[in-house]
Amino acid sequence: MREITYRQALNEALAEELERDPNVFLMGEEVAEYQGAYKVSAGLLQRFGPKRVIDTPISENGFAGLGIGAAMVGLRPIIEFMTFSFSLVAFDQVVNNAPNMFMMSGGQFNIPITFRGPNGPAHQLAATHSHAMENFYASVPGLKVVTPATPRDAKGLLKTAVRDDNPVIVLEAELLYSSKGMVEPPDEELLIPLGKAEVKREGSDVTVICYAQTVPLALKVAAQLEEDDISAEVVDLRSIKPLDERTIFGSIAKTHRVVIVEQDHPFCGVGAEICYRIQKNIFDALDAPILRVSQKDVPMPYNEHLEHAVLPNAEKLVTAVKQVCYA
Amino acid sequence: MQPVEQRDEVEMLSLMLLIRRFEERASQQYQAQKIGGFCHLYIGQEAVVTGAVAAVRPDDYVITAYRDHGHALARGTSANACMAELFGKETGCSRGLGGSMHFFDKRHHMYGGHAIVGAHVPLAVGLAFAIKYRGEGRVTLCFFGDGAINQGSFHEALNLAALYRLPIIFICENNLFAMGTSVKRSTSLKQIVDRAEGYDIPGEVVDGMNFREVRDKVAEVADSIRKESHPAFLEVRTYRYRGHSMSDPASYRTKEELEKYRLDDPIIRFRAQLTREGKLTNEQFDQLDKRAKETVLASVKFAEESPELPAEKLYDYVYFNGAKP
Repeated sequence: MREITYRQALNEALAEELERDPNVFLMGEEVAEYQGAYKVSAGLLQRFGPKRVIDTPISENGFAGLGIGAAMVGLRPIIEFMTFSFSLVAFDQVVNNAPNMFMMSGGQFNIPITFRGPNGPAHQLAATHSHAMENFYASVPGLKVVTPATPRDAKGLLKTAVRDDNPVIVLEAELLYSSKGMVEPPDEELLIPLGKAEVKREGSDVTVICYAQTVPLALKVAAQLEEDDISAEVVDLRSIKPLDERTIFGSIAKTHRVVIVEQDHPFCGVGAEICYRIQKNIFDALDAPILRVSQKDVPMPYNEHLEHAVLPNAEKLVTAVKQVCYA
Repeated sequence: MQPVEQRDEVEMLSLMLLIRRFEERASQQYQAQKIGGFCHLYIGQEAVVTGAVAAVRPDDYVITAYRDHGHALARGTSANACMAELFGKETGCSRGLGGSMHFFDKRHHMYGGHAIVGAHVPLAVGLAFAIKYRGEGRVTLCFFGDGAINQGSFHEALNLAALYRLPIIFICENNLFAMGTSVKRSTSLKQIVDRAEGYDIPGEVVDGMNFREVRDKVAEVADSIRKESHPAFLEVRTYRYRGHSMSDPASYRTKEELEKYRLDDPIIRFRAQLTREGKLTNEQFDQLDKRAKETVLASVKFAEESPELPAEKLYDYVYFNGAKP
C-alpha cells in the first residue's frame, strides 16, 4: 500500500483500463490537451494518443449520446462530465437512452458505458454548479450509481464500473480530489464490487450512514463523539444503486440507532429511500426514529455563510446523533 | 466485410409493396385495438428507406426515429417479427418491450427505432464513431424527420460528426410536417439541406418519391465515404399520406395537396418505370402485390398466436446480467 490522492487514484484507474482494453476510450470537455479540468486525466493523452483520449466541444447531450451509440456496438466509453451539474444538459441521453436501451430493444443492446466526473456542492459555486445528482440518477431503473469517498474506493469502483456491461454513473467527490489515502500498488489489480458498502469505523451505539463528501465528515464527528462516550459506527454506502441493505441492516441490528448524512436535498433524497427500507425490514431493531442530515431544501446560495447553513456539517450531525442516542 | 449487393429492382419494388401493405394492415389492426400506444405509418415514404438500403451493405448501420416499421422491414426484419412487436408479443423484434416506436434488430444491423425527436442523432454519430475507431469500412445511415432538425441534439451531433470526420449519411426524410407543424412554420431556412452547410457537411436534395434517385444518390455518397471517411447530408423530399400518427386526422393540410402527392406515388412511379422498360408485366405486379398481402396477413395470425413475455421475466431486461439491484 502507498498513499496517493483521490485524483491520482482515478487517474490510475483510467490508465489501467485504457491499457487493458482497446475498446475503452475517454471522451469529454478538456480531458485531453488541457489534461482535465480537474487534472484527473493528466498524462493520458500523451500515453494513449488522441484516438483514445478525445476532447469534445461543449456539447454534453451530443457527446453523451455519441458514447451511448458507440456502446451499442461494443465499445466501452468513459464519458467525463466536467461537473455532474452539466450532465443536466445531457439528461435525455443519460436517462432516456442509456438505461432504456436494454429493455426497449428486448435485451439486444446493453450499454457498457461509464459516465463520470465531479458531483456535489463544492465551494461557493452557487445554484447551477452545486448539484448532487445521486438521487436523480438512482431513481432510474437501468442505471447504477456509485459515490466513492476514498482514493482506494475511487480507483476500485471506477475500474469495476468500466468493466460493467451496463451504464454506470461514477459520482466523484469534487472536494475530495486532493484528499489522500492508502491504495494497493499499481501492479496489484484493485476491483471493488458495485453494491457493497463498507464499515469505515466500527462502533456500538449508533450507525451513521454516509457516502462521498459526507464520509470524512462522519468520521470526524465519530471521533469527536468519543469524548461524549458515544460509539458511532460509520457505514460508507460507496454504491447508492445497487444498495447494500445487508451491511446497513447488519450495523443497525447492532446499534439500534441511525442517522443518515447525505449531500443531496431532503425531498426524495437518498436518505428517504434508506429510511423506508430500514423501517420496512428491521423496524423492531430500532430504538429511536431515524434522523437525516442533508442540504436544506433550497437552491444553493453563493454567500459563504449561507452555503454553510445549507450544507450538512459537523454541528448538525453531532446534534442529530445525540438526539437519536437521547444523549 | 459484406459487399454491396446489386439488389434486383423488382425485388425492391416488392419490398416497397410489403411496407405499404404492412402499414395498411397495421392501421386496421390499430383501429381494431390490437395495437396499443402510438403508431406512426410510413405510407407514401417507402422509396426513401428502400432506395437507401438498396444502396448499402447488409452490415452497414441503420438507425431511425419512431416512424420505423419501414426501416426494419427494408433491413430484413420479418413481417412476423414486426407485426408481433406491434401486438406486444415476445416474438416481436424487440420482444414486445419496445412497441411501434422502438423496433430493433441487431442481426440485421437495425439500431432502432427511437422516439424522442432528435435524440438518436447523437447515437448515430456514436455508431459512426465506432466504425472509424475500429477502422471498418462501414457507413451509418441515420434517418430522421424534418422535425428533428430544430432540436439541439441534432446540431450537436452534426458538429461532432463533421469535427471527427465520421462515416455517416444524415438522411432527412422531409415529409413537410413535424406532426402538424409545416416546415414553413418551424424552420428559418428556405430549404433544410442548408442546415448541413453550417457544419461544413456536403448536402444534396433528393426526390424521395423516386426509388432510383434515392438509391443512386445514397450509393454515390456511401462510396465516397468508404474511400475517405466524412459525413454527408441528404434532404430527401417525400410525403406521408396518413396523419402524424393514428390519432391524427391531418386537418392541417388540404385534400388537394394530398391528392397531388398521391399522383406521384413512389410505388406507382417505380412500377411504371419498370413496366415501360419491359422488366415487369401487370401480371407479375399483381402477383407481387398478392404475395405482400399474404405475407402481412400471415404476420397478423402469427402475432395473434404468439405468447407475451411473462411478468416474472421483467427484471431480465433491466440490467445485462439480470441482477435486480
